[in-house]
Amino acid sequence: MGEEPLVRWDWIGRNLPVLRELLVDNAVMALVPVLAGLLLALPLGLAGVRWRRLYQPTVGVMNVVYSLPSLAVFIVLIPITGLATRLTVMVPLTFYAMAVLVPAVVDGLAAVPDHVRQSAVAMGFTPLRRLLQVELPIAVPVVLAGLRVATVSSVSLVSVGALVGRGGLGYLFIDGWQRQFPTPIIVGIVLIVLLAGIADLLLVGAQRLLTPWAGSRTRRRA
Amino acid sequence: MITFDGVTKRYAGGTVAVDDLGLEVPTGEITVFVGPSGCGKTTSLRMINRMVDPTGGRVLLDGVDVTTIDPPTLRRGIGYVIQQAGLFPHRKVVDNVATVPRLLGWERRRARARAMELLERVGLDAALADRYPFQLSGGQQQRVGVARALAADPPVLLMDEPFSAVDPVVRASLQDELLRLQAELRKTIVFVTHDIDEAIKLGDRVAVLRVGGRLAQLDAPARLLAEPADDFVREFLGRDRGIRLLSFVPSGDLPLRTDLTVPVSTTASARGTAEPWLALVDDGGRPLGWIAPRSLPDSGTPADVRPEPYGTFVRGRDPLRSVLDAALLSPSGHAIAVDESGRVEGVVTREALDAALARATGDARG
Repeated sequence: MGEEPLVRWDWIGRNLPVLRELLVDNAVMALVPVLAGLLLALPLGLAGVRWRRLYQPTVGVMNVVYSLPSLAVFIVLIPITGLATRLTVMVPLTFYAMAVLVPAVVDGLAAVPDHVRQSAVAMGFTPLRRLLQVELPIAVPVVLAGLRVATVSSVSLVSVGALVGRGGLGYLFIDGWQRQFPTPIIVGIVLIVLLAGIADLLLVGAQRLLTPWAGSRTRRRA
Repeated sequence: MITFDGVTKRYAGGTVAVDDLGLEVPTGEITVFVGPSGCGKTTSLRMINRMVDPTGGRVLLDGVDVTTIDPPTLRRGIGYVIQQAGLFPHRKVVDNVATVPRLLGWERRRARARAMELLERVGLDAALADRYPFQLSGGQQQRVGVARALAADPPVLLMDEPFSAVDPVVRASLQDELLRLQAELRKTIVFVTHDIDEAIKLGDRVAVLRVGGRLAQLDAPARLLAEPADDFVREFLGRDRGIRLLSFVPSGDLPLRTDLTVPVSTTASARGTAEPWLALVDDGGRPLGWIAPRSLPDSGTPADVRPEPYGTFVRGRDPLRSVLDAALLSPSGHAIAVDESGRVEGVVTREALDAALARATGDARG
């Protein structure tokens, strides 16, 4: 009884290089898709605002993509992008990020008050300048809120990739389960939560820096 | 000068917002477009800077059809102020004001220096320059809006219900501020409002529009009050037109009587006078109220009685309306004239006021 402790610290000590490698792999496979998703969501979101008819179908398709089980998508992709490659994991995650970010971009642009847009027009902004200097900056808080959701969920979704041979820290779950050995499982969970937490904190910091004016959202006068 | 030449705006659904509008907005004056909602006043305003293009007729800016000018270029030369100020929430106050100079290609330092100058001009503390719009009160935001519209020194200023969203006290001070600025700057201003009192206070000329976008009357405010063109205008102007008309009659030439005042420190009894009322004045020359000499005890001095209520007006600055108001507040029926610093200059009697009122209403009718 009790010879097997919940966490074996010596195991952690012996496996530090592997843990570091898995952590980096997990971070890359989570964050690259979020960045790619943001770059793709911007033009799609803008199109959705410009041509309102496109928006609902786009969101519909995004939601269907989002509802596809990630494991199924990984398996379908294997013949194209290869078994146990980063790409196989990152392609679906990019779509998941887009499913969150396209509506965030559209909502962010919709949050630009009409009187602000009108006054920009009246002062002689050209449409492109108005977008870049007025509308997108004002959309930043809403887009960043979407980015936080996309980032955190992407960090944890990477682990599913372990089932197709490339899951970052998710490998620890399979390893621990196969050997009936809880330490890697617990270490994996803790590291994923830490990674997600740190990424989220960085985004909150970016939000403070980028939008010192955003008090208007929460402290608006009556 | 801005000319509306048979301007019509008909929307695809068949709604007519503006119907064959023809009028001229003279250079250097404030022309107010006023009317109920749906009268096309904002649409008309927006046709000047091409936020709306007419479906018929032409809008000319100093003789040039505005539809021949590229919209961003046109708009950078026309100041624009709207109801909620429309400030950019993500830019500091100083950068909001510097917007149009920056669009015109001024370098940042020069645009900011110009912005600081304008903040001062509209009565804002330089310390506000580095704040964000959400940190300002509604009245301050509106002042920033005016400063921003003036930043590139455009000859024309369009103002679309700029003071409607602030409380009445702030609104009155913003209106006074605009009149003060306009006295210095002499811009060509088109001002849209639904508030007829605001129109009458600010306008050199007032265009009353009726629903469906037709011009009902275009006149100077006094003329509008004295002679409304039809029942619609009369009804829109509301009550008390006669009294409001007195706001346009100066008080400077009213005869003053200086023998109706008595200093509070006098030792003689005032009982000797035949006048029923005397204005009591303190040692600094300021009014204390009216006293009835006959009610004094035999040997009493003016200091022994409690003075009755009184009203004052500033001679030369306040209009006849203020004189009438001051007279109505006094049991004597007379109005006390004071100078800018509040010292009594004399008294305008009810008889003198009556004569002035008779002349004024006669003038307005003629």
